[in-house]
Amino acid sequence: MTATATTSQTPAGPRARPRRGRRAQYRLAPLALAGASIVLFLVFFVWPGGLGLIYSFTDYSGLGTPEFVGTDNYERLFGDPTFYESLTRTLLFALLSVPLMYVMSLSVAALLVSNHTRGKTAAKLVFFFPWLISPIVAGVIWRWMFGESFGFVNYVIDRLGGNPLAWQTDPDLALMVVVIAATWGGTAFNMLIFIAALKNVPRAYYEAAEIDGANAWQRFRSITLPSIAPTSFLVILLSSLGAMKEFAMIQALNEGGPGTSNVLLIQYIYETGFQRADIGYASAVSMVLLLILLTIALVQMAVNRRSA
Amino acid sequence: MSTSTTAPQQPVKPKARKAKELGSVVPMTTFMWLLAVLYAFPLVWFLLSAFKPGSELFQYPLTILPENPTAAGFEKAWDRFDFMLYFSNTLAVALTTTVLTVFASAMTGYALAKYQDKVWIRIFFVCLLATTMLPTEVILSPTFLVIRDLGMYDSMAGLVVPSILTATGVFMFRQYFVSIPDDILEAARIDGARETGIFFRIMLPMSRPIIMTLAIFSFQWRWNDYIWPLIVVGDERKFTLQIALRSIVGAENIDWPLLLAASVMSILPLVLIFIVFQKYVMNEDINAGLKD
Repeated sequence: MTATATTSQTPAGPRARPRRGRRAQYRLAPLALAGASIVLFLVFFVWPGGLGLIYSFTDYSGLGTPEFVGTDNYERLFGDPTFYESLTRTLLFALLSVPLMYVMSLSVAALLVSNHTRGKTAAKLVFFFPWLISPIVAGVIWRWMFGESFGFVNYVIDRLGGNPLAWQTDPDLALMVVVIAATWGGTAFNMLIFIAALKNVPRAYYEAAEIDGANAWQRFRSITLPSIAPTSFLVILLSSLGAMKEFAMIQALNEGGPGTSNVLLIQYIYETGFQRADIGYASAVSMVLLLILLTIALVQMAVNRRSA
Repeated sequence: MSTSTTAPQQPVKPKARKAKELGSVVPMTTFMWLLAVLYAFPLVWFLLSAFKPGSELFQYPLTILPENPTAAGFEKAWDRFDFMLYFSNTLAVALTTTVLTVFASAMTGYALAKYQDKVWIRIFFVCLLATTMLPTEVILSPTFLVIRDLGMYDSMAGLVVPSILTATGVFMFRQYFVSIPDDILEAARIDGARETGIFFRIMLPMSRPIIMTLAIFSFQWRWNDYIWPLIVVGDERKFTLQIALRSIVGAENIDWPLLLAASVMSILPLVLIFIVFQKYVMNEDINAGLKD
């Protein structure tokens, strides 16, 4: 365990003292520690990424040799109405679910740190529980709740004298169910992030504002929101990226239905790449989605920086 | 940061203020519990439905509690659906990946935290950060081809190896090791400890809370994962639970008693882990790793 034991690893220098072993160690240790991760990163991130970029310019179908077709896939893509449908549906889903997720997780977190609520420990368990539920099971749960002829929601509507709604056969209502299910599943984790942030807001601010006569809403708007701005940014960024790649939960909830009306981008990529074996085209869609995700991230960072 | 789950102690207040506070306790508590009921109800409904016989599931008027509780769905899931096979497949994948994820994340997080003077370390950090914004789920087909070319298709390795590295896991450890003063490191170096020895003998044992938290998170990620098994596994005997559940939902006529029962059974391991290790899961500080 002494430093001299490793001197043999280093070339002998003019001042070959035990210290050189330590220096070699210092050089090699981080490589030894992070090496496995670097290999994994290269093999499972860089390689598929590069491959995807290359394939997006070919007509590869998984077998045989890929033929270079230039920007054919991208031209087909931008002329394809089903792609636009899928893209706009995905953006609409993100636009609806991210604000709802933000409001719900912040409200729940605020209630859970408030001095005016009772039974916080138990309530926190209830709100956190959906975190344990897989997207597939969450899809099953909400499919069961919103079944058109057997679901609990339509039963209640019927009981109250209303007309049962077409939660499965109306595209917009079906998307609503997806938004509700996504919010339900995502609240738990975001709530935890918000609770940590809310607990870090100095209490003295609130006391000072209260003495100055600010009401609860004013205190929330002028103290809480600015104080937790970095956390809000994080939650909105992560939720937007998550919404853009929603897939598993919808698979169990309505499979992108009715028909193909709610096929979001990842499902679209999956179906073109695996069911139609059109890997070139699917890769082109992937590249466009990556570009969108990158744009979302960069725009939000820019906005965050400007407001900071 | 102290994160006691109970309300912080309040200094003694004037009477008037206390009365005013009590006035808002009732509506706010009611509101909070109303929301809690909204969040809990779908789950309760789903759980209770799993104990209803098939005929009662679709029989109007619906009843909250099963009139003739039965475990028929569960028996069916056990016998005909081969629940045990999918369960053990998933357990094997989740446990193996979790162990590897914890080790890889701890080592990488430590390297990122304590060797920041190296340029390549900082570059790798940015690369990992980029993977949170550019996730592999997006490039499904090329990832599938890579797995196929590595000979990992339809194998345990294909399920485990690609999901070992997660940015969140690495950042959790990095954040923790950044907070450990360098003095400890320097002292160990002066005592002649090797760099890797310092990590394995001093730093890794110190990071026990992070190890626990990441282990639980990683287990949950892998247990509930759908997209990786979907592209890696083709053989029905190698399905994980999520893929198997999806195959029931995808059927022409959904067998609801079976689906509900199998879904309930599939969440039990995580519920158990959650009950035992609650303090590691609901610890708000762990998310600090994400904030970088």
